[in-house]
Amino acid sequence: MTITDNTLSRRTMLKGAAGLVIGLHLPLASANAQSGTAPNILAPNAFVRIGTDNIVTVVVKHIEFGQGPLTGLSTLVAEELDADWSQMRAEHAPSNTKLYKNLAFGAQGTGGSTAIANSYMQMRKAGAVARAVLVQAAANAWKVPAAQITIERGVLRHRGSGRSGRFGQFAAAAARLPVPADAPLKDPSAFRLIGREGAVKKLDVPGKTNGTAKFTMDILEADLLTVVVAHPPRFGAKLASFDATATRAVTGVVDVKPIGSGVAVYAKGTWPAIKGREKLKIVWDESTAEKRGTAQLIAEYRALARKSGAVAGSHGNVEAALANADKVIEAEFVFPYLAHAPMEPLDGYLRWNAEGAVARYGCQIQALDHVAIARVLGLKPRNVQLETMLAGGSFGRRGQFTSHFAIELAQAAKAIGPNRPVKLVWTREDDIRGGSYRPLFVHRLRGAVRDGRIAAWDNTIVGQSFVKGTPFEGQAINGGMDRTMVEGARKLPYEIADFRCDMHMVDVGVPVLAWRSVGHTHTGYAVECFVDELLQAAGQDPVAGRLAMMAKHPRAAGVLRAVAKLASWTGPGPKGGRARGVAVVESFGSFVAQIAEVSAGGQDGPRVHKVWCAVDCGVAVNPDVIRAQMEGGIGFGLGHVLFAEVEIDDGQVVPANFDTYRSLRINEMPEVEVAILSSNTSPTGVGEPGVPPIGPAVANAMARLGLGWPRRLPIVREPV
Amino acid sequence: MAFSIKVNGNQRSVDVESDTPLLWVLRDTLGLTGTKFGCGIAQCGACTVFVKGKPVRSCSLPVSAVGDGDVTTIEGLEGRVSTAVQRAWVARDVPQCGYCQSGQIMSAVALLNEVKKPSDRDIDLAMNGNICRCATYVRIRAAIKDAARTLMD
Repeated sequence: MTITDNTLSRRTMLKGAAGLVIGLHLPLASANAQSGTAPNILAPNAFVRIGTDNIVTVVVKHIEFGQGPLTGLSTLVAEELDADWSQMRAEHAPSNTKLYKNLAFGAQGTGGSTAIANSYMQMRKAGAVARAVLVQAAANAWKVPAAQITIERGVLRHRGSGRSGRFGQFAAAAARLPVPADAPLKDPSAFRLIGREGAVKKLDVPGKTNGTAKFTMDILEADLLTVVVAHPPRFGAKLASFDATATRAVTGVVDVKPIGSGVAVYAKGTWPAIKGREKLKIVWDESTAEKRGTAQLIAEYRALARKSGAVAGSHGNVEAALANADKVIEAEFVFPYLAHAPMEPLDGYLRWNAEGAVARYGCQIQALDHVAIARVLGLKPRNVQLETMLAGGSFGRRGQFTSHFAIELAQAAKAIGPNRPVKLVWTREDDIRGGSYRPLFVHRLRGAVRDGRIAAWDNTIVGQSFVKGTPFEGQAINGGMDRTMVEGARKLPYEIADFRCDMHMVDVGVPVLAWRSVGHTHTGYAVECFVDELLQAAGQDPVAGRLAMMAKHPRAAGVLRAVAKLASWTGPGPKGGRARGVAVVESFGSFVAQIAEVSAGGQDGPRVHKVWCAVDCGVAVNPDVIRAQMEGGIGFGLGHVLFAEVEIDDGQVVPANFDTYRSLRINEMPEVEVAILSSNTSPTGVGEPGVPPIGPAVANAMARLGLGWPRRLPIVREPV
Repeated sequence: MAFSIKVNGNQRSVDVESDTPLLWVLRDTLGLTGTKFGCGIAQCGACTVFVKGKPVRSCSLPVSAVGDGDVTTIEGLEGRVSTAVQRAWVARDVPQCGYCQSGQIMSAVALLNEVKKPSDRDIDLAMNGNICRCATYVRIRAAIKDAARTLMD
């Protein structure tokens, strides 16, 4: 059997059965254990399949790494289909950018908290169309008008004749009917799943509580080779020569090959591969390597921050307003490189031969990786099958604009030759030291207070662009201004008469990447700390002072009011050794405000006792998933603001694992209370927007405790 | 080298090097992939299993040190406490990415085996060796308390 036969036979079979869209590659059930498997499948479009066993399988175009798209997109289909939640299953879509493109990107991929936002109408329509053909099939069978048939919780009913049936009975007949281009959607008042507390349980949870959920790391095959790659100690260094004699002597090591990114060790099992790598003797050519360290970069950035850069936003006359101020305040914030450190490090499976390839891993941007794998292997993309697996977190790490991991995977597979399936595994050290960091940033701010108000705002941002030189450059960079570096800073939700935001894009040889909430990871902190500092100088309350400037931003003001109410805000304190800090950030179209209650703590830094959070993400499709993302976003954001830094010394990354790249632990997690605002606006995302406000909320509380605003993150730093 | 270890009640013979961590024996040799690799240095707890009923980090325990100790993995969990914990996890929809949750559940079961009604401090002490990068900690804590309550009934 060749690799491609499987796809073709399944496609042909199903195309014949159900009039599928031409070009549809069907997902392989092998990698998607949750799918229905019954015959006579009804597949009226690329997103829904219904089996004779009544199982409805939703083909989800977004990767599940914890933010809930398998459940969310299935909710949208089930709502319009009037299915019972117990009959719903979900699986990842295959790589097919034509069918499964993210409507926000125009290509298949996940990111920017877009899964629900771009799928909302598309998946509802997919469900409505499936409903229409089922109803028609039932109408034909019962010889009654389709308009008289209702569906409730997966049961079709004709009241007049008393007949009823389930989806499975009509799946085969429905598959022979013409599929309508469109079908009417429900009025939101009729929703029984969308926005309903407790209406759905997450589809992927049972398998994630009993060890049966399959991640890429869990792929095992009799002839599988596990591969680890020795990477250079400095970014940009190249392999000069290596001696693998000792490596080859390790029991279980099968082969050693040089590949583009380093030296690949192939072994029967992970342990011999890791052991074998340790015994490699490698000479690296570091002539083109980045040799600067964090301290040097910060000094360079700080100097640049005192010069004007590419203007990202401007109105009024900042210099004049600063000159006429009652008080001018200046601040500088330094944000370190950060690793994403998903619990499952990068890993991937690939087997190939001259006819085709199958790759399986937690792929986040299928449109790019698919082509990259095909190119390395010298195959046509249509002969490469890319299956998306559940992934143990990403936080942006798997969304590679350079496809560097896909390329390494394909190179490792290519180097060992055809018909030798490989599983490439990054260890935690590869992950922490492997680059693709949230870039280092410096913000310099100057603000003017006049007549008890914030009169002027000037913000200069210095950092590296992670889109420069990638396929997204054209979309993101314009006139020297990369909007991913200044989002959240170039326009504020506050009316300030005189305003300027500019930026410098710096070239550094450290690979960087989007990191959960992207530009807002630093702009949220700088803006929300500085506005608090200016309001304090103006003698204003942090909540009332913000609201007074937010007349033109009703949704941001809405979450701020809601969080103040939730926390029974009476001012920042301190009271009884605890102070409260507030922050509000719009990101990816969603609005989140948080209040943190903080005490000074000890050597381990401030103690965050409780966080109140209000979110407006439009229609709240899965309220409990939204709540979970706020809780998780707060913990993720807090852990990094308190503890995390990828320090680079003389071009070499200092931390290597969780002992030196410190993660938030359960004893450091605050209590969290979330309010979800009711809204009829189209839904927006929640995977990222919970992250940005927590850092500044904690910092603002620390300032009220007399600890000042932390200017250099992380807050807790080892003594130098 | 050949080692004979008892895993989830079954005596298994494995032919691996003596320094091979139990984690890789379980995963790569025995195919018990519910136990996860997260750090390899006993810092994250994703690889937590029981040896003689006590939680250990299998990434840092060489197979040669297991001896005749009974090994229990997530796949072999059974009994009242385990059922209560796993049900509580499902009821609260605790997992996000899910990768760390086998280890979290093992640690939670170990805690409830020892302490019937754990305080917040008991939970902190028992669970702070298990990192969850998704920070599902609020729900982990709540689920442990739920499980403790059901076990009291």
